[in-house]
Amino acid sequence: MSIEARNISKHFGSYTALNNVSLKVETGRLTALLGPSGSGKTTLLRIIAGLEFPDASAEPGGGRVLFHGEDVSHKPAGKRGVGFVFQHYALFKHMSVFDNIAFGLTVRPGKTRPARAEIASRVNELLRLIQLENYGSRLPDQLSGGQRQRVALARALAMQPKVLLLDEPFGALDAQVRKELRRWLRQLHEKLHVTTVFVTHDQEEALELADEVVVMNQARIEQVGGPQMVYDQPVSPFVIEFLGNVNRLAAADGRLHGSGKDVLYVRPHDVDIQRNHSDEHALRARVLHVFSASNYGRVSLERVDTGEPIEAEIARDRLHDLDLKQGEEVSVVFRHVRLFPRGKFTEADLRNGQLSETRPGYLPAHGAGENI
Amino acid sequence: MAGNISTLAYVAKHRQRRSLSDPAWVRYSLIAVALLFVGLFLIVPLASVFAEALKKGIGPYFAAFADKDAQAAIRLTLVAAAIAVPLNLVFGVAASWAITKFEFRGKALLISLIELPFAVSPVISGLIYVLLFGAQGWLGPYLGSGDHPWFGEWFNSLDIQVIFAVPGIVLATIFVTFPFVARELIPLMQVQGKEEEMAAITLGATGWQIFWRVTVPNIKWGLFYGVVLCNARAMGEFGAVSVVSGHIRGQTNTIPLHVEILYNEYNTQAAFAVASLLTLLALITLVLKNIVEWRHRRAVEAASAADIRQFTT
Repeated sequence: MSIEARNISKHFGSYTALNNVSLKVETGRLTALLGPSGSGKTTLLRIIAGLEFPDASAEPGGGRVLFHGEDVSHKPAGKRGVGFVFQHYALFKHMSVFDNIAFGLTVRPGKTRPARAEIASRVNELLRLIQLENYGSRLPDQLSGGQRQRVALARALAMQPKVLLLDEPFGALDAQVRKELRRWLRQLHEKLHVTTVFVTHDQEEALELADEVVVMNQARIEQVGGPQMVYDQPVSPFVIEFLGNVNRLAAADGRLHGSGKDVLYVRPHDVDIQRNHSDEHALRARVLHVFSASNYGRVSLERVDTGEPIEAEIARDRLHDLDLKQGEEVSVVFRHVRLFPRGKFTEADLRNGQLSETRPGYLPAHGAGENI
Repeated sequence: MAGNISTLAYVAKHRQRRSLSDPAWVRYSLIAVALLFVGLFLIVPLASVFAEALKKGIGPYFAAFADKDAQAAIRLTLVAAAIAVPLNLVFGVAASWAITKFEFRGKALLISLIELPFAVSPVISGLIYVLLFGAQGWLGPYLGSGDHPWFGEWFNSLDIQVIFAVPGIVLATIFVTFPFVARELIPLMQVQGKEEEMAAITLGATGWQIFWRVTVPNIKWGLFYGVVLCNARAMGEFGAVSVVSGHIRGQTNTIPLHVEILYNEYNTQAAFAVASLLTLLALITLVLKNIVEWRHRRAVEAASAADIRQFTT
């Protein structure tokens, strides 16, 4: 079932949680709402679920939520057919795992409530699905965080929802469990193909898990696209800064310029370090620190002329070959950069081709262009 | 996991680190001060009630309850509590539910109103009812028998008397015990939040189902304790009830008022005998509270024991 949110705004008192946000999620997709806290992502999720209601919209047809083209704006949460998994699981503390999962089925009115045996068989099936077959009689307090998360998911799935919504599903778990659960959720999604939207502030999680990433900031959507696209073609300084580490260098008129008003962004893995000083335009930098106890080497540098810091990530073999010394002066080459004229930039400009983030004559080494 | 936790608990219990505890003389003198205080202000008065009551032996002790007026007082106290406690139970749950699960204008005002009976002296509470329902009060003329045109024949014939009668005592008791259940529940429900209720909503439960299947099981111990406290106060209230009662023997005397009358008549032994009834109520309240807490703890421990078994087999 596809989800559409049209011109959604939401204010809490004088605080703007969502500012005229529109979003479309295709059937069967796994979508991430990614953003820092306060960006409005959870509010948007709760509005889709029917746990919050949007403000009245001035736009015709705005302020509405549609499931598969049908307006569900006035339906209460329980009638929308959504499964919702809360950040802190919200399991019923006094009920066994079995009863938790069965809850959605047992509260149905008499006519539509399945027979007791059928409920039991469906719950047992779900317990198998979440790999907690022998845990049916436990109380939630007796489970680990990851197990609780799976029970919360099974409880939401028990009513066979057409839409599955997860609020920070892995937020409260430690790193190891998080990784496992992420992989498991991906597999589950491939098996069930329920349209799924999850909220996260962890860019790695969003990029790794989702088919589509919705990057949100300050009550607005910044960019929507596949993980590869939002990472490689960010439309705004916010997106590039939020999705992973990035170096910021001041620029002006398409050239690096210490006091420039534009910003040049380079990912650390797009920075290469060279020893040969053949190119007189090459950027000179001093090695501050070399850190190689990782799957790649990290080098902290400082521009010789302006003192701007630069972080580089370099393959360990290459780092070994270079054999950098602290305080040594080297040449720095950028393989791929993005430029955002700060303050002048709009989304429309980019779409119309008015802006090119890699202007000719920009790069310090080998002239210009992307991927040198 | 549970295995680890119980191991930790074991270590914590049996191997206190010396560096973390105060020297022995500090610990023992603090314990002694606490014991002395408790003994002087709690145990001695408690013991003296029973000592005075049984001063003349077991026969006179029970004779105090055989008295017709004493029995009437006990009956009236039970009636007042039987009306006030269920009403305040329903009200307290409804108010706490509204305050903790919903956002609305005037919430702060409602909270202050609920706490009002705590802030107002019980004597003033009684006086309010006298001013409202007394013969010269605002509503008094409409309640007594007589011929006022507004309510017609039927109402006039009712001859409702509030002050110096059972309804006044019940009203005063309700007013004074108003906050107990809500005060017990509001902090509890605030801590629990509304996430479980939200989850139940998304699972399609109706308001009643959410209330009975999610909210009530979560608050049952707090609710029970609130009711026990409310009951203890309803039976023990003196000030407010004293003002509206009129002290008519055998008719409008509750247990505390009866104790006062007996005491003023220098019938000390009987006064303490009846007072021992209220003391027993207090003790039963404490015992009930402890049983509730103990059962709750045992349920949790049993649950984790089952957990450990599953891990070790």
